[in-house]
Amino acid sequence: MEGAVRRPFLVSGRRPDPWPEPFGIMTNVRLSALRPARAVQLALALVAALCLSLLALASPALAQDEPDDAVLRALVQEFVAAEGNYRDTSAIVDRIAALGHPGGVPVLNTLGAGDLFFRNSDDLVFAGTERGNTLVMADPITGEALGEVAEREATAIRVNNAVRRSIRTALGSLTLLSDDRATRIAAAQTVFASRDANNLALLEQAIEAETDAGVLRVMEQARAAIVVNNADLAAEERIAAVDVLAARGDQAALNYLRLLLTTDDAGLAAAAERGVSRIETAQIFWGVGQNLWFGISLGSVLLLAAVGLAITFGVMGVINMAHGEMVMIGAYTVFVVQDVIRASGNAALLEWSLPIAIPLAFLVTAGIGMGIERGVIRWLYGRPLETLLATFGISLALQQAARSIFGSSNVLVGSPSWMSGSFSIGQLNFNYNRVYILLFAIMVFVALILVLRRTALGLQMRAVTQNRRMASAMGIHTPRVDMFTFGLGSGIAGLAGVALSQIDNVSANLGQAYIVDSFMVVVLGGVGNLWGTFVGAFGLGVTNKFLEPYIGQGDAVIAKIIVLVAIIVFIQWRPRGLFALKGRAIES
Amino acid sequence: MTAKSDGSILYLDGVTVSFDGFRALNSLSLILERGEMRAIIGPNGAGKTTMMDVITGKTRPDSGTVLFNGSIDLTKLDEAATAQLGIGRKFQKPTVFESQTVRDNLELALAGRRGVFASLFHRKTAGEKARIDEILEIVRMTDRQKTLAAYLSHGQKQWLEIGMLLAQEPEVLLVDEPAAGMTDAETEQTGILLREIARTKSVVVVEHDMGFVKGLGVKVTVLHEGSVLSEGSFDHVSADPRVIEVYLGR
Amino acid sequence: MIGSFVLRGLDWRSGLVIVGLLVIGIGVPLSVGSPNSPFYLSTNDTLLYGKYLCYGLLALSIGLIWGYGGILSLGHGAFFALGGYAMGMYLMRAIGTRGVYGNPILPDFMVFLNWGELPWFWNGFDQFWFAAIMIVLVPGALAFLFGWFAFRSRVTGVYLSIITQALTYALYLLFLRNETAVGGNNGFTDFKDILGAPIGAPLTRGWLFGASAIALAIGYWICRSVIFSKYGKVIVAVRDAESRTRFLGYRVDRYKVFLFTLSACMAGVAGALYVPQVGIINPGELSPLKSIEAVVWVAVGGRGTLVGPMLGGVLVNAFKTYFTGGASQPYWVVAILPALALLFLVVTYRSALGWVKVLAGAGIGAAIAAFGLVLADTWAFPPTTMRFFGGILSAESWGWTVAVVAIIAWLVTSRNKYIAGAIFGALLCRLLIDPERTLALAPNWPYFLGALFIAVTLLLPRGIVGTITHGWNAWRARKASIDAQEGKDADLTDPEPAKIELEDAPKEPAAETKSPPPAAALPQASS
Repeated sequence: MEGAVRRPFLVSGRRPDPWPEPFGIMTNVRLSALRPARAVQLALALVAALCLSLLALASPALAQDEPDDAVLRALVQEFVAAEGNYRDTSAIVDRIAALGHPGGVPVLNTLGAGDLFFRNSDDLVFAGTERGNTLVMADPITGEALGEVAEREATAIRVNNAVRRSIRTALGSLTLLSDDRATRIAAAQTVFASRDANNLALLEQAIEAETDAGVLRVMEQARAAIVVNNADLAAEERIAAVDVLAARGDQAALNYLRLLLTTDDAGLAAAAERGVSRIETAQIFWGVGQNLWFGISLGSVLLLAAVGLAITFGVMGVINMAHGEMVMIGAYTVFVVQDVIRASGNAALLEWSLPIAIPLAFLVTAGIGMGIERGVIRWLYGRPLETLLATFGISLALQQAARSIFGSSNVLVGSPSWMSGSFSIGQLNFNYNRVYILLFAIMVFVALILVLRRTALGLQMRAVTQNRRMASAMGIHTPRVDMFTFGLGSGIAGLAGVALSQIDNVSANLGQAYIVDSFMVVVLGGVGNLWGTFVGAFGLGVTNKFLEPYIGQGDAVIAKIIVLVAIIVFIQWRPRGLFALKGRAIES
Repeated sequence: MTAKSDGSILYLDGVTVSFDGFRALNSLSLILERGEMRAIIGPNGAGKTTMMDVITGKTRPDSGTVLFNGSIDLTKLDEAATAQLGIGRKFQKPTVFESQTVRDNLELALAGRRGVFASLFHRKTAGEKARIDEILEIVRMTDRQKTLAAYLSHGQKQWLEIGMLLAQEPEVLLVDEPAAGMTDAETEQTGILLREIARTKSVVVVEHDMGFVKGLGVKVTVLHEGSVLSEGSFDHVSADPRVIEVYLGR
Repeated sequence: MIGSFVLRGLDWRSGLVIVGLLVIGIGVPLSVGSPNSPFYLSTNDTLLYGKYLCYGLLALSIGLIWGYGGILSLGHGAFFALGGYAMGMYLMRAIGTRGVYGNPILPDFMVFLNWGELPWFWNGFDQFWFAAIMIVLVPGALAFLFGWFAFRSRVTGVYLSIITQALTYALYLLFLRNETAVGGNNGFTDFKDILGAPIGAPLTRGWLFGASAIALAIGYWICRSVIFSKYGKVIVAVRDAESRTRFLGYRVDRYKVFLFTLSACMAGVAGALYVPQVGIINPGELSPLKSIEAVVWVAVGGRGTLVGPMLGGVLVNAFKTYFTGGASQPYWVVAILPALALLFLVVTYRSALGWVKVLAGAGIGAAIAAFGLVLADTWAFPPTTMRFFGGILSAESWGWTVAVVAIIAWLVTSRNKYIAGAIFGALLCRLLIDPERTLALAPNWPYFLGALFIAVTLLLPRGIVGTITHGWNAWRARKASIDAQEGKDADLTDPEPAKIELEDAPKEPAAETKSPPPAAALPQASS
């Protein structure tokens, strides 16, 4: 289910990532930094901007006048005259760097790649992309399209290694010394990744000037990445750098340190080894955390799917093989809601499709569940094996009905934008949809507990469970209680369907995929005990996810088989589940 | 084992059973001599049925000693093993095999090898047939032997179950409410039958019907909240103020 | 000793069944190629009926444990498939060099997946005798192991059913993997010959049919012998009152394990005979649906009998073949089903007033349906805006709409006689209103299978054979269920209810609803 492809709403007109992206490596950091709560983010950004402007005034190295577009443009235009004279070209590059205009970054990047041209007819400088014999022209600063020109009508501004060096330095100073904190971090990360020794001097200069602790750390790491690689430096300095890398603790740092293991310097190699083992330990820790999260996430899905079953199977003692189909109907409800919204042309409402679908799914599935109880199950009360067969028949018919109405292939269910994306804590990655489903599962569970403990229906349900005849004698209309109990269980299955529509393919087979697991959860937890179901679901989810990496190459199938076999053996040990009721009443 | 257990057929000492914190048996001690008949009475929830469950291996005690024949530890055995040892049990609610005939019910109970293959290749011997006829005679069901057990009346089911107990040829019979749901005449007959049985076997009778217990004329044990409240002749226990308190005081 | 064991199950009726099966089992293969023989079957029919006989044996194995042991296995497809796979492994090795890749040892799929050598468990399958032993041994061993675990810990009833389903599901997942080396998703196919005989030849087919019939006869005979021994009485006792049997000194778990293992071996043989006839075995046979479908054959035929499951296995599958076989049927053919249901309702409501209500309901339902049809045909729904709701109301799904509306109305009013009548009336009207229309039956098979599940449990709890021998009890069973749900109980009307201790109030639903005393078909009674 992890593999399911999510489809963001294109109709909503919101691209997930509306910001231009100078450094690819930054994407995750940025997304994670900006998603959780827009308002808080805005406030933080304002504060940060204020700090930065104060900082700019205080620091002479960074103090610049308001960068002037016209000055930059003039400088860029000078490349035309300097074409062929590398020294002049280098000089212009240095002046662009000194100007500190952020627009200089794309210009220098283009120049370095050899894609900066000027048109012979009017000396218009542009960034060119080859297309056949023509060049597609774009403004070197803004990227604005300028039309096309034949290749022979334009001249490339050539660069040699000396110029490339100046460009690198200039880019470093434009970015490493930029006013914008995010730009500086991104630049430092780029240096870290490239390990280009040519950047060292500039990097150290930037470290001198840096006052932000966060940025400073990344820069120190970048510096360390270069330093450990430099055999000319003193061993102590390199060992210190190893420690900085070890403290960084990610996969890239690990790779750098592994390269040092074979170095001649024994002290350095030992330090690297310590660093490697430190990172590896940390990574195991993070890996355990990530698996735990995957397990909890799977557990929340299982809980949603199984808790309705726990009601009908556990409380009523009725095996409902059509439970999975209630889940399926819930998922299709989401589809229908979105379809109706789309058809009505009110695309903005799509963001609200889930909140709209939740009560609808509950009502629809609860209604169908009550219909099944009235129409079939009550005629079979006390004959559990026959009930099982009859509800299986219902499940077949419902699946086929879904195929007749919606077709046999998967239907497209969209995710609202607030459900897509992810954030990280340390090296843990969290998808928003998973987090919301976990919260939803817990909410449903708590609500169910409240219904059972605090409402008249819950009281009657418990009474009927414990002693049907006594309850009947006390005037409780037991068939009606059964009907509502069944409706409640089915309705919760419908809610599970709403959640599952966000992470799994919605088709007629959706319910089938969960029914065996759901039964396992209930059996594991112990019939008639909601907390058992809770523990069973999360236990099963976490066990599953922890087994996966250790068996073969993350073989999910074998993990699943092992879990199933383990449950069969577990039943041997505790035939009535983890939280079984003891005593005579239950013995029969 | 200990001197106290010598000569006893059933020996319970300090048996405690609890279900989720509720103590069904609380350090219960009881000794049944060989050939003795004992009546056990007690209010609801006194632990009578649980005691039988412990003896027959259905419930494992949390602590305590349960010995059969003075040496065999019953707490380690399950129902089938205790039955094979010679402990027969009649349930409070008569449980017979309803879809089988009276005769088949007795045949199933008849002493003999209980293994899968033994029963698969089992051939009825003349001796077995005679024994079944004899028991049918004792429980007065010869004319109903072809009837499905489901069609028997409540009292008849009780008698059939007693007949099954006899067929099992146990050394100890645990009889739970044998007179429940019977007419007065039937109850009287049952009493006679039990005393007859007690001449050769040890019997434990749990009963609510005081008249019936009195009629048995045997030592009576009163259970209350999982332990023995009083023990002695019927007149002795019925005069015991604690017993009166328990039975009437609530 | 053995002699009496084997002869015990024979009487003239069971003898007739066995002899009949043996006669066709020998007659059909001998008549291959001679169309004038009374036992002549076309090659196609041989294949078809041979398949049914295998299903009959599978159903018999389920009927044995369900009907007599009270063990509802939702995983017998697993044993069937294991037997089939064992046979398939032999057949794959018998292909030899005639495979696409011409590898003398490795089957094609292994060459394709770059297996260097034969996995260890494939050794020996080049010998038929070895495969024949495995066909019985592997399902038997798995059943023994599983049964030993499950029955020793006293897992019973629905719990057990769910666990057997999990077992099948685990096996299904296992066999689906390519790494398991049993052909993955595609399984085994393209068999060439069996015991040296070309597998597609009419004579081979004839003998495979014969083998299936003889296997069924032997299986039936074994079941009879087992059921008619003292063991049979014990196992029925276990079914009816497990705990009581235990107190008589019987090791219930061992009795159940024996029955379960025997049944699994029979299912394995059925699978092994099935595979060479259909020419393919893949994990699809392990899917939970297949196993549960087989249980319905037993339910239809009648559990608690031995002929019933065999009959059910053959009948339901013949029905399925007819249904999914090909040509569309005109609607009026399908209309027979609701018509029968309606007739059934009228018959079951034994009062004149009940008939009137059902028929009045049918009339109302038919009227609504007719009106709705006119509405749906005349009112063209805009395709985009109300596509979904339009779809619901379109003529195609009319039966469903009426059913859903009727169920809601039923809930609200609880006038089930009217509503039940209305549902079938509406369906009948829908199906009869334009007799020219045809319905492609194949895609609708799941509806009918589902309806069969519900109908047989509700209306024919004893199955066909059970109903013939013991009478129809659906009405009483239904009444008992309703009473039990309402908390009424026969024991409440006990002459001395005060004597029942509340704490000991019997909670056994089995005791509460074992309504019709002679329900369980005891062998003696049926013969």
